[in-house]
Amino acid sequence: MTATVTPAIVTPAGPVVEAAGRTITYRDAVREAIREALLRDDRAFLMGEDVGRYGGCYAVSKGLYDEFGPDRVRDTPLSESAFVGAGIGAALGGMRPIVEVMTVNFSLLALDQIVNNAATLRHMSGGQLGVPVVIRMATGAGRQLAAQHSHSLEGWYAHVPGLRVLAPATLEDARGMLWTALQDPDPVVIFEHVMLYNTEGTLDAGAGPVDIDRAAVRRSGRDVTLVTYGGSLPKTLAAAETLATEGISADVIDLRTLRPLDLGTILESVGRTRRAVVVDEGWLTGSLAAEVSARIMEGAFWSLDAPVARVCSAEVPIPYPRHLEQAALPQPAAIVAAAKAAVGLREGA
Amino acid sequence: MTTAIEPHHGAKPHLSRAHLLGLLRDMVRVRRFEERCAELYQQEKIRGFLHLCIGEEAVAAGVFRCLEPEDAVVSTYREHGHAILRGVSMDAVMAEMYGKREGCSRGRGGSMHLFDAATRFYGGNAIVAGGLPLAAGLALADRMRERRCITACFFGDGATAEGEFHETMNLAALWTLPVLFVCENNLYAMGTRLERVQSEPDLHAKAAAYRMASEAVDGMDAVAVEAAARRMTAAIRDGAGPQFLECRTYRFRAHSMFDPQLYRDKAEVEAWRHRDPIDRLAGWMRQTGALHDAELDGIRRDAEAEVERAVAFAEAGSWEPVEDLARDVYTREVRP
Repeated sequence: MTATVTPAIVTPAGPVVEAAGRTITYRDAVREAIREALLRDDRAFLMGEDVGRYGGCYAVSKGLYDEFGPDRVRDTPLSESAFVGAGIGAALGGMRPIVEVMTVNFSLLALDQIVNNAATLRHMSGGQLGVPVVIRMATGAGRQLAAQHSHSLEGWYAHVPGLRVLAPATLEDARGMLWTALQDPDPVVIFEHVMLYNTEGTLDAGAGPVDIDRAAVRRSGRDVTLVTYGGSLPKTLAAAETLATEGISADVIDLRTLRPLDLGTILESVGRTRRAVVVDEGWLTGSLAAEVSARIMEGAFWSLDAPVARVCSAEVPIPYPRHLEQAALPQPAAIVAAAKAAVGLREGA
Repeated sequence: MTTAIEPHHGAKPHLSRAHLLGLLRDMVRVRRFEERCAELYQQEKIRGFLHLCIGEEAVAAGVFRCLEPEDAVVSTYREHGHAILRGVSMDAVMAEMYGKREGCSRGRGGSMHLFDAATRFYGGNAIVAGGLPLAAGLALADRMRERRCITACFFGDGATAEGEFHETMNLAALWTLPVLFVCENNLYAMGTRLERVQSEPDLHAKAAAYRMASEAVDGMDAVAVEAAARRMTAAIRDGAGPQFLECRTYRFRAHSMFDPQLYRDKAEVEAWRHRDPIDRLAGWMRQTGALHDAELDGIRRDAEAEVERAVAFAEAGSWEPVEDLARDVYTREVRP
């Protein structure tokens, strides 16, 4: 093995991190993260359906094929199980593969490889083997793609010991989580919500790798804790804004890492606010929100002034027409209502 | 490109007496190990599922002679023989059968999940066809790192009906990956005979759809297996891309220890027993004066002694402390 890991961002093609305070999209941030990985570590390569010549079905990898060539930006046949499994095998063989699966719905075709192989091999081999693969996929609804392209199944992956599950919701995390994930000796699954790709914002000149252990408090408040992640973060922040105009101040926690959960940050917040609402685009039954809610009950029951509330997707396959799709998803109004009910319970007591 | 089965003397490489003795010794070691495992299962020393390859030893004996130390191996849940002939110590394999900490997978895997990083033995995979994508990935890594090694990937006839088989065949052929696909065709996917579940029961013919070179050989003949595997591994190392070797073989014992074998005739089993790969090679060597009875007895005694040492090693082994239950789920410490 003659791997070359460049310690800093160095590129003959020009610096990856460009001018300070640029306005870029989430999509650009993910692309920069992939580009940095390919530049810094010659063991890293991107592989997936249409990631090369086509530029990625969500245009994330546009331009990378021309820059890095077909070996390192590798178009695969439509065979999720084989190419995800090949990513796992290549990781066993010393590479640092970044495998892109078009959507979480398609990842079900590779579930065997992810759950039975990637997640088990280290433990089952008594610690001899490691699977440092990163598997990225789009998740979530909002683009009227109907019931086979719109689901939020990240909670299923968060059920599995051996996997680390990430959901970057901000430009900084879209830019910074990938490199850290590639340094992890174990498999990491990254969920990119489809409605985030076009979001635009300013990214600091120094933006780079970020931690993948901690939840982040995105807004500070004292009356209620809103716990969310991924594509629901903008909606939850919008709800918090509305609540502020009504005199209710909300702590907004972005989980960032769905497995393992950063319970400390959640419980610290709930200990202060004494109320919690969990917002999750997964279906209510058996959701990640159910897990967070149970953990709050176990860890902060005596601090609670109200039952933990959940705002999740309606229990239907996500439908095509816009009004039905939107009706199925968590919306700011429902988050506001749940937060007010939680607060109201205490005030009414 | 396919070829029919030929008697091995048609394509027999020049093999020294020492080489033939080596093949015989390999098969006897695996046979004795597994016979002892069956006894230990009755004594409840070995638990869970136990899949024996008794009758199929010629496949591993032939193929492993063609692998180099830096090559990788991906196997199935019927892999005791593969692990032992790959060079994993019999002590470590037996301790794994017991579930002891000294086992080759620290006792975590048992019979179906033998692993050994030192010999690049990547399981011990118990999802039928689930190992094939891993083999493609290992070969891809070797190719991208410009290592001249190959990956030998074992699977049964049942695997060739799985999607993961076809996806991997396509991927490996498309990318000319250095994989030797070894199909151990023992005619039954657990209890279902080949013809009942395969639209094309001539399994090596499936490779043609992927433009992959393939051969079917008599899998009860270690020399024939080795001859074919040697041609194929040489071609793979020369950059010819993946090759598909179908070994037609038979397991003499049940699928696992819970199998009453209602799906096959005793007469069929008996007929195949007459083709026992050990008796066959030994008989042929005797005919040509290459083996004396005393030598075969010596090989058997050595195997017996090695197996008994392994049993003693496993018996003396220790149980992993329960406090280590969650060790190696993650490398980095993870908060509960």
